[in-house]
Parts: sequence; structure tokens; C-alpha cells
Amino acid sequence: MAALDSKIPEGPLAQKWTKYKASVKQVNPANKKKLDIIVVGTGLSGAGAASALGELGYNVKNFCYQDSPRRAHSVAAQGGINAAKNYQNDGDSVYRLFYDMIKGGDYRAREANVYRAAEVSNQVIDHFTALGVPFARDYGGTLDTRSFGGVQVSRTFYARGQTGQQCLLGCYSSLNRQIKKGNVVMYPRREMLDLVVIDGKARGIITRNLITGEIERHSAHAVVLATGGYGTIYYLSTLAVNSNASAAWKAHKKGAFFANPSFIQIHPTCVPQLNHFQSKLTLMSESLRNDGRIWVPKEKNDKRPANSIPEEDRDYYLERRYPAFGNLVPRDVASRAAKERCDAGYGVGKTGLAVYLDFRDAIRKQGKKAIENKYGNLFEMYKTITGSDPYEEPMMIYPAGHYTMGGLWVDYELMTTIPGLYAIGEANFSDHGANRLGASSLMQAAGDGYFVLPNTICNYLADEIRLPKISTDLPEFADAEKSAVERLKSLLSINGKQTASSFHKRLGKIMWDYCGMTRNEEGLKKALVLLEELRKEFWSDLKVPGKINGVNQELEKAGRVADYLELASLLVTDALDRRESCGAHFREEFQTPDGEALRNDSGYAYVAAWEYAGEGKSHILHKEHLKFEEVELKVRSYK
Amino acid sequence: MDLRLKIWRQKDASSQGSFETYPMEDVSPEMSFLEMLDALNKKLVEQGKEPVAFDHDCREGICGSCGMYINGHPHGPVPAVTTCLLSMRYFRDGETIWIEPWRARAFPVIRDLIVDRSAFDKIQTAGGFISVNTGGAPEANSIPVPKKDSDNAFDASICIGCGACVAACKNSSAMLFVSAKISQFALLPQGRIEAKERVRAMVEKMDELGFGSCSNTGACEAECPKQIRLTNIARLNREYYKAF
Ligand SMILES: Cc1cc2nc3c(=O)[nH]c(=O)nc-3n(C[C@H](O)[C@H](O)[C@H](O)COP(=O)(O)OP(=O)(O)OC[C@H]3O[C@@H](n4cnc5c(N)ncnc54)[C@H](O)[C@@H]3O)c2cc1C
Ligand code: SF4
Ligand code: FES
Repeated sequence: MAALDSKIPEGPLAQKWTKYKASVKQVNPANKKKLDIIVVGTGLSGAGAASALGELGYNVKNFCYQDSPRRAHSVAAQGGINAAKNYQNDGDSVYRLFYDMIKGGDYRAREANVYRAAEVSNQVIDHFTALGVPFARDYGGTLDTRSFGGVQVSRTFYARGQTGQQCLLGCYSSLNRQIKKGNVVMYPRREMLDLVVIDGKARGIITRNLITGEIERHSAHAVVLATGGYGTIYYLSTLAVNSNASAAWKAHKKGAFFANPSFIQIHPTCVPQLNHFQSKLTLMSESLRNDGRIWVPKEKNDKRPANSIPEEDRDYYLERRYPAFGNLVPRDVASRAAKERCDAGYGVGKTGLAVYLDFRDAIRKQGKKAIENKYGNLFEMYKTITGSDPYEEPMMIYPAGHYTMGGLWVDYELMTTIPGLYAIGEANFSDHGANRLGASSLMQAAGDGYFVLPNTICNYLADEIRLPKISTDLPEFADAEKSAVERLKSLLSINGKQTASSFHKRLGKIMWDYCGMTRNEEGLKKALVLLEELRKEFWSDLKVPGKINGVNQELEKAGRVADYLELASLLVTDALDRRESCGAHFREEFQTPDGEALRNDSGYAYVAAWEYAGEGKSHILHKEHLKFEEVELKVRSYK
Repeated sequence: MDLRLKIWRQKDASSQGSFETYPMEDVSPEMSFLEMLDALNKKLVEQGKEPVAFDHDCREGICGSCGMYINGHPHGPVPAVTTCLLSMRYFRDGETIWIEPWRARAFPVIRDLIVDRSAFDKIQTAGGFISVNTGGAPEANSIPVPKKDSDNAFDASICIGCGACVAACKNSSAMLFVSAKISQFALLPQGRIEAKERVRAMVEKMDELGFGSCSNTGACEAECPKQIRLTNIARLNREYYKAF
């Protein structure tokens, strides 16, 4: 494989996208009707892309594993979506949003992609508003915004604590319009099992119908993966429990490079684990840090109820350590600070693995009504889950796995290293470097789907117009189907004693302990050994009842866990390779005397793009060296 | 605590189903209802038996995947909570819990507790959208919306499409679900332009798919986990009459 070509257009940063669009090859409307595109995923990125491509006249097939596209996990996003509108007159601009993302990502993202994401952010807000997304408004009828972590302007648009739901339902509505017109055909309850590559190009997918169990072949001129993040590799995370890396991983094994897999964001404010049956950790939106103050007792093992601990005995450690940003430091910084306090013995709650997020002062100052208006549903949710009322006593929170900055490597056009295969939304690696800033993922996912991909995919498809419909009888389809079926059969035939979930839990623990909020060489090496053992045990002692035919949820789980067990090793390998700390990747060996991340720009200002080399062989590392032409690399400081 | 579960088991759409009894020991009050079912399934799988199939995904009350009758109530006895967020602290030691799939003609059972709710998607496809192409939207603040209207639209828009309203209704009516979308768009200037076509198309589709009619009983509102209000049905009716 030749050196990675990121295909960044020439010219000044601010003009790259405009120039690209003006010069890109186009497909004329009559030819679009002859081209088929598969989009896997119906979150903001997938449903956005399927709608926009349908509007343009392509034949789109859209897939998701849920019973309805409206349930993609974008639905769960709470806090908001960024745009550089500068409605507040607080000095915001496309450039500032770009700069905040580059800095927030600790200088490990590609400038050109990030700038473009910031550029299309304003169009995303215009589009959602026109689709009827009920964003919060001011009394004059204009749109309201709020602040999020890691920035000093107010640019986050929101719909109470349900921004993701509202944006996703907006995407779902535009998708429905195209379904009605016949431009998009929807395939819900389908799991992608493999990618079909013909003569080096992505030409289709193999799916399992999750109701009938039927294995299906679907062909297209191009395939788009919009399959979301792989945070459930930790088992407990803020993701939907069925979220998975399987589609991306299968594409990886067919030749798509996987970039920066170890860059996973651990979100600082989640409801802590309550019991060992727990299947999921619920996020309490970062927006709460606008008004909530984070603290622990100044004394170790202070068992007094929170409200009985007087002001002078409280340590507002974020305000103490980071006076400039206080409670609004970026997520990686806030998460590590919480872990540091808890590890040092200052944690609260039954397990000692929690810190307080306190609204007392905000309620005193603004009144209960104002707080209820902003966070009512989050407070309700917290109370439903824990039984405790955050209006009366502080919330208890702890960090949890949340967002994967890593993902399939893509170039400027969002194409992977397999021609004709694209990755958009959380499934790609491109815009958030080593740490994502709050409210910039919905923005990127919608931007990728609605505004970027439809303008880049034509550059590839323009050369495919002479290719007639691709037959699913080709041998490549038969082979891919055969290997997918064989894999399902082998999972079913192990006939051991342990469930897929119990393996998943153990995998999660290994990853959380050795490749979570902080990492070190010894732990990572140990993890590689433990993962190898766990994989062996999985393939010799897994129990999956039932058959391939019909509903078989245990079989679905087993397939996902099997893929996670492979991805996990790559993740650890990547974390080992990166001998520096940056963003969410914190190597204990590389820190400043006061415990901040110590980057190594001369050695590691690259994207690690891993190539699959075959069963049992080590992955091959390709480096995309990042060029910073616009931004000067600085030590990220929030003090 | 120890519980006795009576769970509807049905192999597939064409088979007959029936209740099976499962004793469940050592249930912690800190578990969610679905985690309790996870624990049951773990046991069943380890015994080589087929686990109970149910839909679920986000497990935080927002995706609308989960849903089952629990002791006769859609999403169980606690108001304004989805099955996935229902805590086991609401159940008593020794209690028998009856667990069934949604029962409605328009939602055929697929297996155990899984039903086919694709009829909901079909209604949305019929008209649940504002016709605007990507790139064709005006600047967001050029459409001012009074805060009150926008807040009311939001309150209607938070329906998660779970189907509890249909399951709660003795007529299996989908009026609450449909009215939520109609209200959201009817209250916003962006949505007014196609208001007539939308309400006609969605109501026509709803009738065609075999949902019953509304007799103003209000069971839907009482069981809706997102507290979608009956006033939305009144608005739907007004919009419908205006549409001809
Ligand atoms: C709890 C939570 C809160 C968040 N809050 C915010 C926020 O406030 N602001 C913000 O900007 N971001 C937020 N994020 C992040 C953001 O929501 C996600 O990154 C973003 O929505 C991802 O969108 P997506 O389109 O890439 O994927 P998703 O919405 O995750 O969709 C993935 C799709 O892929 C499909 N799929 C996956 N695997 C397969 C397969 N094998 N076969 C077939 N289909 C498959 C699924 O069915 C689904 O349709 C939050 C995330 C979480 C978890
Ligand atoms: S109206 Fe309520 S009960 Fe009906 S689908 Fe929507 S959220 Fe569920
Ligand atoms: S699983 Fe998503 S609402 Fe219950």
C-alpha cells in the first residue's frame, strides 16, 4: 500500500471547500438515477446522507439494526449542537470554532476537515430549523444558545435536554419524505455482516434479517458506513447496548484502515454504577456543568451527607486547579481530575467512585424554576434511576466511556482506503483528534451526512456511470455470504457454558482497567495477554442457543462480542504505540509535574492508520503526518 | 427479593403463544426491569434454553425500542417511565409479575415480547415531514417563532414512538401518536404550509393500517411514558376538520 493520500485540496484553508466543490466532477441527473448507493446507519449521519442523496436522485438503500430508523443512538444525545452563528455577538466565527476543535482535540486532527466541519455547521442549523426541529428560543422568537465545555463563547443550540432526539427526528422526517418518493428504500432490523469488495472497490454488503434470520446480498456502486461509535467495548458506557463495531471491523478486515482506535472519550458526568448487573451507564449532559459545581470533601472518607458538609470542608477541585475554565474544562481533563480525587480516597457514595455535581448555588441564585426550565428532564431522569432528588441534594457522578474519536480512516472526501467505501459520523476518525468537544459530534455527523458526503461522493461516482447494476450473483457475493454463514455457524457450534454478555463484561473490565482513562506500558502489555486468553476462552466456551433462522438475539450479541475481542487488541496496540499523552489518551509515563498531559509533537503528530495484515498477523502501522499550516501547536492549557 | 414471572412465550408470528412461569431469585431493588430480564436470560441460556426475546437499545428511555405490558400496564405501574428505566424497587418480595407483548391488531407479535411496529413508520412516511431540500433552507433566525409556540411544539415532539398509547387503548387507536407529530408541525410556521395535506395523509394511513378510532377514554395519556397530552388529539381533530 502506497503512502496515505488525504487528498486535501490546495489553497488557503478558508477557501479549500468552496474551491473543491467548484471543481469536483459531477454526475448529471439522468445518470444519478442509474446509480445505487448503500447507506448503513440511520443516525444523524446516515439518515442525513440517505435523505440528501435521495433528494439528488440516487437510488439509496438504507439499513439499521433497530426496528425503526428513528431509534439510532443519535436519539440519546442530550446537550446540544454547535454552530458558528455568532448570534450572541460574543466574537464567534467559523475560524474560532475550528480553532477550538483543533485545540480541544489536542492537535491530533486534520486541519482541513475540521475547518470544513465548522464551515457547514451553520447550514446544519438552518436545515434543522427548516425541518421543524424545535430548538430553544428566546422571548423575541429567535434561537437561544448555551455554553459547553472547553470554549468561552455561547454557540450550542439545544432542545431542552433532548437535542439528539429532536435532530434525529428531523433527519427521520427528511428520510421519510424520500422513502415516500421512492428514492430511498429502508431496510430496518438488518445487521451488516460483511462488505463485498470486487476488483478492489466496495460493491455491496451482506446482511442478516434479524427477524427471519435470512442472509441477504445487496449491491451498489458505493457503500457508506454511518454505523456510529464503539464505546460499548467497555461494556458499560453511555451508548446503546446494541451499539457495535462490527460493520467497521468487517470493512477493516477487507482493507479499510482503522485510525487512532485508542482515542476514546470518557465522559466525566455519568450516573455511577449501582450494581453488578448493570447494563448501561446513563449520561448526565455536560450542559449541567454550566450551573452545577463539582466537588468532593476536603477530608478523606468524609461520610457526612453532602448537605451537612459546610462550604469550608468542600474542595471544588476543578475551580481550584483550572481557574480560567473552572467547571467547564474539556471532558478529558474533567474525567481525569475526578479519577485522581477518587483514587486518592476523596470519592463519595457507597463505592467511593463518585463525585458531587451540586446545583445548590445555582438554585439559590436563579430560582428553582429557571433550573427546571434548563435541565428539568435530566433531573427527572436522574431521580428515576437513583431515587435521589437533585433539587434537594447534589447529584453523584462518575466518568464513563462515551465517544470514539477513532474510527475508519478517511480522506478529505470521507472515503476510506477502499475505493467506493465511505465512512461518516462517529464511524470515521476525522474531526475530533484526541478529544471531542461537547456538542460538536451532532454537528459533524449531520454535516458529514447532509452537506459533505453528497458533494464528494459524486467525484467517485462520476467514473462509475457506465457500470450497469451490479449483480449479486457474482462470486464475490457468494464468497462473502458463505464466510458470513460459516462464522455464524461456528458461533452456534461452540456449545460451551458462558453467555456472550458474560464475555463482554470481562472484556469491558480489561479495557477499563488497562486502556481507560489512564494507561501505562505495563498495563497495556498485560491487557494484550489477557485479551488473547479471553479470546481463546470465548471460542471454546461460548454458549449460543437457537439457530441462524428466526430471531436470535444471543447470536447477534455473540457476533458483536467476537468482533470487539479483535478490535480490543488493536486498540491496546495503538495505545502502546503512542508514547505521549494527548487528549483522552493519557499515558502515565508522559505527564507534566502537575499531572497534565505531555504531548510529543515531534514524535507523534500523526494519525495512526492501521492496516489489517491477515489472521494471526500483526497490524501494519501507516502514519499520516499532520501538517499544521494555520494553527500553531501549543500546550493546551485551561488554567 | 424473590419473584415469580409469568412471561408470554411465542415462537414466531404464526405460532400460538402461552404464558410460562419462571421463578426469579435474588433480584436486587437497584436493577432495572430489563436488567432483571437479562439475569433471567443468562440463567436460561446457561441451561441451554432459549432466552426471552424483547426489543431494547438505549436503556435510557429515549429510543422507544422497549415496551411490554407489566401487570397489565404498558411500561409497568409507574407513571412517565419506560420499561428500561423502571426500577425493581417498585416490586415486592414474593410478587407475581405478568409480562406480555403489546396487543393490537396493527402490531402483530414477532416473537415473545417483540412486536412489529412498522405501521408507525408508515404513518410518518405518509406525511410526517416538512418538504425542504438540503441546502434550500433560509437562515435559521429569519423564521422567528414565539417562544410559547416553540415550547408547546417541543412538548408534543418528544414522543418516542414506543406504541404504549396503542397498547393502552381498548380500541387500539394511534391518535395520541399521530397527534403528537401533527401538533408539533401545526404549532410552527415552518409546518403550516403543508398542514392540510399532512393531516389528511397521516390520518388516512392510520385508518388504513387497522388502528381503531378514538373514543376519548384517555388511557393513552395515562400510560404514555413521555406524558404526551390529550390536548394534542383535540388539535389533531381541529386540524383535520380544517383540512377539507
Ligand atoms: C448519551 C449520549 C449523549 C450525547 N450527547 C451529545 C450532545 O449533546 N452533542 C453532541 O454533539 N454529541 C453528543 N453525543 C454524541 C453523538 O450523539 C453521536 O456521536 C452521534 O449522534 C453519532 O451519530 P452517527 O450518525 O454517527 O451514529 P448513530 O446515531 O450511533 O447511528 C448508528 C447507526 O448505525 C446502525 N448500525 C450500527 N451497526 C450496524 C450494523 N452492524 N448493521 C446495520 N446497522 C448498524 C444503527 O442501527 C444506527 O442506525 C452523545 C452521545 C451519547 C451516547
Ligand atoms: S404518544 Fe406516548 S405512548 Fe404513544 S408512542 Fe408516543 S411516547 Fe409512546
Ligand atoms: S430501551 Fe430505549 S427507551 Fe427503553
